Amino acid sequence: MAEEKLTAIIVGAGPAGSTAAYILATEGHDVVLVERGTTAGGKNMYGGRMYTHALNRIIPRFWEEAPVQRPIAQETITFLNGARGFSISCADMGWTADGFHSFTLLRSEFDAWLASKAEEAGAMLACGILVDEILMDGGKVIGIRAGEDEMLADVVIAADGVNSILAQKAGFAKLFSPHQVATGVKQIIELPAETISQRFQLSGNNGAARLFVGDCSNGMTGGGFLYTNKSSISLGLVINVAELRRSQVKLVDIIEDFKSNPHIAPLIEGGEVAEYSAHLVPEAGLAMMPKLYGDGMIVAGDAAGFVLNLGYTVRGMDFAIASGEAAAKTVIEAKARNDFSEQGLSRYMDFLKQSFVMRDLEAYRNMPQFLENERMYKAYPEFVTGFAGKLFTVDGAPHVNLLKMALGQMKESGISLWQLARDGWKGAKSL
Amino acid sequence: MKRLTVEQLLGVNKFVVDDDQAHIKVNKEVCSACQPKPCIFACPAGLYSIQNEEISFDYAGCLECGTCRVVCPNAGIAIEWKYPRGGFGVHYRYG
Repeated sequence: MAEEKLTAIIVGAGPAGSTAAYILATEGHDVVLVERGTTAGGKNMYGGRMYTHALNRIIPRFWEEAPVQRPIAQETITFLNGARGFSISCADMGWTADGFHSFTLLRSEFDAWLASKAEEAGAMLACGILVDEILMDGGKVIGIRAGEDEMLADVVIAADGVNSILAQKAGFAKLFSPHQVATGVKQIIELPAETISQRFQLSGNNGAARLFVGDCSNGMTGGGFLYTNKSSISLGLVINVAELRRSQVKLVDIIEDFKSNPHIAPLIEGGEVAEYSAHLVPEAGLAMMPKLYGDGMIVAGDAAGFVLNLGYTVRGMDFAIASGEAAAKTVIEAKARNDFSEQGLSRYMDFLKQSFVMRDLEAYRNMPQFLENERMYKAYPEFVTGFAGKLFTVDGAPHVNLLKMALGQMKESGISLWQLARDGWKGAKSL
Repeated sequence: MKRLTVEQLLGVNKFVVDDDQAHIKVNKEVCSACQPKPCIFACPAGLYSIQNEEISFDYAGCLECGTCRVVCPNAGIAIEWKYPRGGFGVHYRYG
């Protein structure tokens, strides 16, 4: 039964939805936050780390009350090729000084906390409810239906995640194609906190973030990740779905192979698997962006494809939070003018462009295509590990000039000078 | 660490299985004409398999990722894909 009309119905109590609900409720608007999980965060998973800047602007020093795991002090990228591994590592104690740069966190507890902030501010959180339909009136979104219940609002904010069922039902988005998304799989591996700190050479409660390229994805476009939580490790893989379409190895076997990789096994030795999760990752950026706003509806977070993977940084939560903030600001303005038409909600794009969301997606718009280059996942990891392996090997063999050694290794890895120059130029341009 | 089977991995998860309704339905006729059947390899929970020469799907261990919906060469036809009803399905305790 339709009840009194709300300002906003927000579908999905993830970072985008809860941020929008928190801001709108703080400003005194009637909002309902609908979540299909029995608790906020119960359906959510990600790699493992959130950059703090976006939420810190909305809830300053949120880490003093939010359930966070470890602040990241150390970043490592490792190229894997059989017995060989080659790593680039960077530590910055400034990242863990007051005003933390990024935290590992677990979504089940963190998303529940953020939704509770929205609730405290006055939003109504309704968990365990799956939205079945969007209610439309002459092309305008006017509410939602869940089971027998209908709910009406000035605006619906679709923050329902990467599968974006609502955006598709409203005709804002089409089903994406396989190359536009990747499947992320992750295992939570429990280990004592002291063991983790010792193994990763971390002082106190500091954390480490590691990304892996090469063998781990079975030559497919994708890579591995490892993040240290307080007393567990988040270990997983992200592999492009178009590549999975051609795979003849089961994804679950690929992640088990990754765990037994000689460069990974010692890091997780003695651990106990506590959870196995999977999720799609929107990877195509602007190329897969749905219509972001229309009469009576705004799309935010993963549902809008707001994820940015540069190969060395992977961001989603900060984009979700900032897009939720932009959606809330848009609704506040629209309410003041009582105009929830497409025109009235068009300020959403302005707010996204003023923030890093659209700025970064536009700046790195060629990155998704650049990362589809298969050489990134086989030939280049082979090259760097092979070259570094020779560089550090002393076996009494005759001297080989460094340039000759590099060129020889390139030939061995099947890379031409022309390809290297072209990929280098493309990479430099995309970044 | 010891190698785990997909059954062992799913066994550590918390699921509230909806005994009355399958949220994903597979059209076996369409699937029988599909040669590559990428769902068998791509589903992270390994829920698609061949049994008695036809595709078999078990929705109980579904991680609700949506991979099958996208990887399917007959997307939108072979697999009727929905989320489980509210309150059912996987419940991530870590995430």
